[in-house]
Amino acid sequence: MDLRFTPAENAFRAEVRDFFETSLPADIRRKQKLGQRLAKDDVVAWQRILDKKGWACPLWPVEHGGTGWDAVHYFIFKEESYRACAPDALSHNITQTGPVICAHGTPEQKAWFLPRLRNLDIWMCQGFSEPGSGSDLASLKTRAVREGDHYIVNGQKLWTTNGHRADWMYGLVRTDTGVKKQAGISYLLIDMKSPGVQVRPVVTLDGDHHTNETFFENVKVPVKNLIGEENKGWSIAKFALGNERAGIAKVGLSKARLALVKSLAARTQVDGRPLSESERFREKLALVETDLKALEITNMMVVAGMKKRGPSQDPRTSVLKLKGSELQQATTELMLEVAGPHAMAHQHEFLEAAVEASIGPDWAGTSAPNYYFNRAVSIFGGTSEIQHNIVAKAVLGL
Amino acid sequence: MDFDLSEEQRMLKESVDRLLEDRYSFEQRKGYTKAADGWSRELWQQYADLGLLGVPFPQDNGGFGGGPVETMIVMEAFGKALILEPYFATVILFGGAVRLAGSAAQKSDLLPKIGEGNLLGAFAHSERNSRYDLADVQTTAKKDGAGWVLDGEKTVVVHGDCADKLVVSARVSGGQRDKDGIALFIVDAKAPGVSRKAYPTQDSLRAADITLKGVKVSAADQLGEPGKGYGIVERVAQSAIQALSAEAVGGMQQMLDITVEYLKTRQQFGVPIGSFQALQHRAVDMLVATEQARSMAMYAAMMVDDDDETERSKAINAVKVHIGKSGRYVGQQSIQLHGGIGMTLEYKVGHYFIRSTMIEILFGDTDHHLAALARAGGLIAPGATA
Repeated sequence: MDLRFTPAENAFRAEVRDFFETSLPADIRRKQKLGQRLAKDDVVAWQRILDKKGWACPLWPVEHGGTGWDAVHYFIFKEESYRACAPDALSHNITQTGPVICAHGTPEQKAWFLPRLRNLDIWMCQGFSEPGSGSDLASLKTRAVREGDHYIVNGQKLWTTNGHRADWMYGLVRTDTGVKKQAGISYLLIDMKSPGVQVRPVVTLDGDHHTNETFFENVKVPVKNLIGEENKGWSIAKFALGNERAGIAKVGLSKARLALVKSLAARTQVDGRPLSESERFREKLALVETDLKALEITNMMVVAGMKKRGPSQDPRTSVLKLKGSELQQATTELMLEVAGPHAMAHQHEFLEAAVEASIGPDWAGTSAPNYYFNRAVSIFGGTSEIQHNIVAKAVLGL
Repeated sequence: MDFDLSEEQRMLKESVDRLLEDRYSFEQRKGYTKAADGWSRELWQQYADLGLLGVPFPQDNGGFGGGPVETMIVMEAFGKALILEPYFATVILFGGAVRLAGSAAQKSDLLPKIGEGNLLGAFAHSERNSRYDLADVQTTAKKDGAGWVLDGEKTVVVHGDCADKLVVSARVSGGQRDKDGIALFIVDAKAPGVSRKAYPTQDSLRAADITLKGVKVSAADQLGEPGKGYGIVERVAQSAIQALSAEAVGGMQQMLDITVEYLKTRQQFGVPIGSFQALQHRAVDMLVATEQARSMAMYAAMMVDDDDETERSKAINAVKVHIGKSGRYVGQQSIQLHGGIGMTLEYKVGHYFIRSTMIEILFGDTDHHLAALARAGGLIAPGATA
């Protein structure tokens, strides 16, 4: 048992840190740090810088542009990425559709989609949830009926994040109604410009337009856009959920936020002295830091295991998702507390990075919206309660 | 970074697990509590034969030459079995003080005897008013020719009742709570002037209040430099917390396993109660707390010998905070999910809950360590602002 990183791993960390410091554009770093929204161009610009370096899609197979890193290297890469305030990769392209096409796509699908996904020439959005299908995703009703070389798609998707920015959707559709609900679902790529697709904004608690509902009315989708076999979509979607295990807890993000909270608390006066000197506030922080340290070690144990034995059903992975989302939320709560009354001004232009400065201190203007928005972390990708159900069954055998 | 055990560590774990599996069922344990000392002398000899009593000691002193990871392995197994023997007092505390601060002569005299099972020790440090303040020492040591005379009272000395020798802290200078001016001595428990009042503790272990009246100690029995004892006490306390964190994890895993087993077998309303979602989710939260505690026990093993004094001390604070919190959660839920049967001493789960409660108190409770960690600025350095 050796609990330290190897010299080679430490050297890799130094290389990654240096790259982020020299290559991340200052305006993107600033927006990230202030919790502002990135423009589509920002996300594209950064992804192309990564692509040039060969780090655009670390987890993909090497022949499609992956880096061949083991889980420990990927963990270090993500930690340093958060430390530098670099944006997360566009998950719909990089951790969802890309790996799915690499594993299940036809040679034609791979040749056309993979370079465009990696480069963000095209943007993907997800079409899984529906108004009647949230936690019980397999009950989804959007119907695809085969007619010759096409499927005709009818139905409605909800929570299509980036739907208004996206060129394509990776969606789950029902192709067989006469079987067990999981057995009649197919994984389809749908061109968002197809006639009959309509996207309507759904504004979230932060006052922002991230997500949408999407309607399909007799939308023609070529059969060549089916991924894998017809009616095998459920297992393909489940495969994609496991892709991000090494980074799912976002320990690096929570660490970076706590470091920021600490420096902001030092600049915030309470009763004539810095908030950072308040015993109560310090203890509150220390409690979160203690939990975060435990999660960090758990994450290291999981990635060290993956490095040695490859992806496995490590029960600790579920701990990463559950505690990881809790701590991401805790850190945004702390930001809000530090901001105090400065959090009250509602200035959407600042959130959108459309104006230089906010009404209060710069960092305070986004604290409330980001706190609200982070409530979603324990809801999407399987709610914390669903995670509890899964662990109870799969790990504890209840 | 590699969290797998080495071949040697795996063998250590297998041998201690096997022994305890054979010899430490709940019923067998009940038998050992009835012995005169409240534990089994025969098992103590078996620990010695397996090399367990010398795990953290250098091979030159007849030890196993193990580090914090080996201690973690043994203490986790002991936590699972809820052992009664004075391992923590003798090997971790007394042996730890000698290992960390003893002269070559003291180490070569005492450590082999501990390893062979021929010497029991205890750490006589805390006093009636000291609570968790390691510097709060009123017992005095006065110069007496080349030696010293000790006067004072030590309280709740774990396994001080059966110890052959004690490490005693005493003040040679300074005020009651000064870090400077503390000295440590190795004192024969049967020396003239030492009297002991023995009693059981909540967790079926034993302890003693020890009175020292004009106890003469030779200069050869000074442990470390007189006046500079605080640093040693702190290191011993840190090693103790590292060991306790592993013991706590062993206990939490047992509470979780026993509870899950019960949820699968106990029937109410015609179904196993584990089919109810309210109980399932609680059991999952116990699992999460246990796994996080395990990570903190690893962190303790990683940091307890770190050269950076500040980082080491903050890490150990964080470990004790987490172990205290998670141990309390897992303990309380294990009782709750059992219902009535969890409340009786006739059933095993409550015994883990009780030990877990005592572990939270030992060497500083959650609030104590949280306050210390907060005062020291926490684990993460402030970052640059935008």
